[in-house]
Amino acid sequence: MSTDATLSFEEAMEKYDPVLGFEVHVELNTQTKMFSSAPNVFGDEPNTNVNEVDLGMPGVLPVLNKTAVESSIKIGLALNCKIAESCRFARKNYFYPDTPKNFQTSQYDEPIAYDGYLDIELSDGTVFRVEIERAHMEEDAGKLTHLGGSAGRIQGADYSLVDYNRAGVPLVEIVTKPIEGAGSRAPELAKAYVAAVREIVKNLGVSDAKMERGNVRCDANVSLRPHGRERFGIRSETKNVNSLRAVEHAVRYEIQRHAAVLDSGEPVIQETRHWHEDTRTTTSGRAKSDADDYRYFPEPDLVPVVASREWVEELRATLPEPPAARRKRLQADWGYSDLEFRDVVNAGVMDEIEETIAAGATASVARKWWMGEIVGRAKNADVDPGQLGVEPATIVELNKMVEDGKINNKMASEVLDGVLAGEGTPAEIVEKRGLAVVSDDGPLLEAIDAALAAQPDVADKIRAGKLQAIGAIVGGVMKATRGQADAGRVKELILEKLGVNA
Amino acid sequence: MAAINRDDVAHLARLAHIEMSAEELDRMAGELAVIVDAVKSVSEAAGDDVPATSHPIPLSNVFREDVVGHTFTAEQALSGAPDSDENRFKVPAILDEA
Repeated sequence: MSTDATLSFEEAMEKYDPVLGFEVHVELNTQTKMFSSAPNVFGDEPNTNVNEVDLGMPGVLPVLNKTAVESSIKIGLALNCKIAESCRFARKNYFYPDTPKNFQTSQYDEPIAYDGYLDIELSDGTVFRVEIERAHMEEDAGKLTHLGGSAGRIQGADYSLVDYNRAGVPLVEIVTKPIEGAGSRAPELAKAYVAAVREIVKNLGVSDAKMERGNVRCDANVSLRPHGRERFGIRSETKNVNSLRAVEHAVRYEIQRHAAVLDSGEPVIQETRHWHEDTRTTTSGRAKSDADDYRYFPEPDLVPVVASREWVEELRATLPEPPAARRKRLQADWGYSDLEFRDVVNAGVMDEIEETIAAGATASVARKWWMGEIVGRAKNADVDPGQLGVEPATIVELNKMVEDGKINNKMASEVLDGVLAGEGTPAEIVEKRGLAVVSDDGPLLEAIDAALAAQPDVADKIRAGKLQAIGAIVGGVMKATRGQADAGRVKELILEKLGVNA
Repeated sequence: MAAINRDDVAHLARLAHIEMSAEELDRMAGELAVIVDAVKSVSEAAGDDVPATSHPIPLSNVFREDVVGHTFTAEQALSGAPDSDENRFKVPAILDEA
């Protein structure tokens, strides 16, 4: 495989201005397919979730899934789009075995949603508005596996095996307008945009939104132009960039590759590029040609979809709070600093903290436990913090024990380990392990006497009012009681003993 | 619509994966031109008060509830396939990815 020349990203940015565009395909999580009543399920045995409609048999008629239309309208509304009063489907004609009909039923000149926008917040808080051209309904294609030759690659394959379980799964394709002005933030913006779309469709409950399963797929368009020029350069379209990280890398790579092509004085070829995660490069797919003449025409087997304003408003009323607005509200409610809140979001424990606060913890206690105790344990176990199985009630109970002086923070952390190991409730574990802060003053007074006798000079300092010296005595007591003493109570008793008013 | 010439027919034939001889292309160019002319007469009859339509039936919103219906077994699905393997349709390798 030949390697394309690239410029460094910095040099590319010095010379050129990137323009981006995205097509994001979202698979809806309806029970059935877009035009047939076959189940929409991932991972089943090949060609078992199909019927005569999905296989494009002669004489069959598609019937539109109402839930899929409603999900599409919800996506349009969440992207601040206008919803078409009336729209229709079209046939996109092409020959390829991923569709047995030789056309894909899609929308062409009349998408269900158009003219929207999404405000994308970058990591430093900068807000960048991405304009949405349209969001239209269509159907997914079947899945091809290329076999023989060099395994798995389309080049050199001897034959392909086709599974039509995915054929007809409802899709919404979201198309942006050209995104200008991102400059060197382009790769970051690309990732943040796809992340925002994914978060929105997940929050709406209309898609499972798992990129690793192809529920959300991104085609990234990149072109460069010299600074100050208005006309766009020639673009490439990198297909199926299927992780958030890959979106960022693919955009960065294409910027660097385009810059090298332009620097050499050659024109960029308008073509499809394939992303390779292993080498973090793209390779040439197929040049755009008249094979892209899809001869769209209105689908005669489906009647128009008319979205009455009442229906649209009914659906709007069901929309959940947008994720970005929710984050703003929670941060204000909890009183976290920007940095604290960003750490919480990045650690993926915002929902967990919200639940813990709802269960009765204060915002700072919830943050202390999740960020201080649970995130680290999850990292060690290589799971998401939410999957570790810590119940909000457990945190509330542990915190209460600490506040009541029954156990100290160190013991509480030990009890949490016990809970995660399945040893029982916090109360049971405290009991079983014999964990309890020594609160009987008798043994404490003995230990204090011993500590004071061992360090008479320190005792004198405290008597003289140098209260910060008390730490040495408290340390001695804690050591003698193997950490089971309540440090606060120890302090009180020392001061009492020495007749000092704190 | 502009008249359909021989090149247009050859282009469409290629897109539609239909092999046509030189004689067929000549003949079809002539026949399609006549058909396009005939369709054109419709636009002469329709005045400005007649809206464009894509569908002859005055219906909209024909929907299906999102409830799972029947499916084929893999065996049934593949029963008409010229070739199959591992419960999947087997097709020749196609380099040109759509």
